[in-house]
Amino acid sequence: MADFVLLAGNTWETVRFPLGGAVCLFGAILCVIGTIGVMRFPDFYTRLHAASITDTSGAFLVLAGMALMAPSWLVLVKLFCMLGFLVLTSATGSHALANAAHTAGLQPKIGPVGQAGHQDHEEGDH
Amino acid sequence: MTFAALIALLVGMCMLLIRALIGPTMYDRVLAVNSFGTKTVLVLGLLGYVMGRPDFLDIAILYTLINFVSTIAILKFFRYRSFQVPLVRKTDAPARGGDRNG
Amino acid sequence: MAYLLGIFVAIVAFWMGNSGHYKPLMLGFAALSVGLTLLLSARLKIIDREGAPYVRFVGFATYYPWLFWEIVKSNVVVIKACLRADLDINPALVKVKTTCKTDLAKVTFANSITLTPGTVTVEIDGDKLLVHGLYEANTVPEAFEEMDRRCARAADPSEKAS
Repeated sequence: MADFVLLAGNTWETVRFPLGGAVCLFGAILCVIGTIGVMRFPDFYTRLHAASITDTSGAFLVLAGMALMAPSWLVLVKLFCMLGFLVLTSATGSHALANAAHTAGLQPKIGPVGQAGHQDHEEGDH
Repeated sequence: MTFAALIALLVGMCMLLIRALIGPTMYDRVLAVNSFGTKTVLVLGLLGYVMGRPDFLDIAILYTLINFVSTIAILKFFRYRSFQVPLVRKTDAPARGGDRNG
Repeated sequence: MAYLLGIFVAIVAFWMGNSGHYKPLMLGFAALSVGLTLLLSARLKIIDREGAPYVRFVGFATYYPWLFWEIVKSNVVVIKACLRADLDINPALVKVKTTCKTDLAKVTFANSITLTPGTVTVEIDGDKLLVHGLYEANTVPEAFEEMDRRCARAADPSEKAS
């Protein structure tokens, strides 16, 4: 039994660095996907949705990958603080942005959008 | 692997810079800068791992908070054209929305 | 006094978790900074129930795992929308009524909606929220009922005492 625990510990020590790197890479790819959405979507409010991918799943996966590779428990505490701050601040920041745009009178496009990026008339440009 | 993640994040940041430059409205630009800040936090953490110095995480924590404060400050400035206005909700209902200009 | 103790414990735990140096000199600096922070928060008058929200830990500990799963599910939807070759999205703006009563519950509800990709809270007015969604089918007011109920359960019960 003790042998098994030792073996499991060793395997974990060898496997966690490639695993953490893979999780980091996957999170970074999700961030890029969110950015692609920011480039493609037709108006400000829809771009906000694409940016929130970066803020939630991308950031979470990158931080989780870093936590898998963490050298000490101090780093784990710091990563957890970062995750908490990111979750609280990104949602509040998104809401502040949307609320500011709405208060300033930027009208969202409502209804189905068929083809990409050809509707270039923008209203409420300040 | 970590390095590849770093490169991917940097590519994403370059694309966000394009959105910040061409963004049709002001809010698109603020959104791009805010998202850029989130990616900067992640890049700082990954950079610490790549260089073998996880102390970078302290700077990343700080940048998380500064990014949020700067976004709110920019939005407040664009709404009121001043940093001096207190950010509290007005207690009397009729005053709401009267003195705001975009 | 209990609130002061709660804030003190939280700040000391934060310092311990972030520093990693436990020499006497550093601990002295820690005591200095913790004392200064407590003094500043006393001057700001934020040592109250909101400053030390230990009562709500149980509610939030059950709420956030559920929210996490919701975020995962809606992430898949938005990622698919980003990567589809020809863009087909159907943005909609709906009004959602909430049953949450306290400010904290409303903030949690609005933050949860914003945190879920695909929906953003645009405006809060009393107990009505203006929500912008990426797909009209996903942003009907009924879709938020469960989240609303869970938010009210997580953050509201303490107001019964007051």
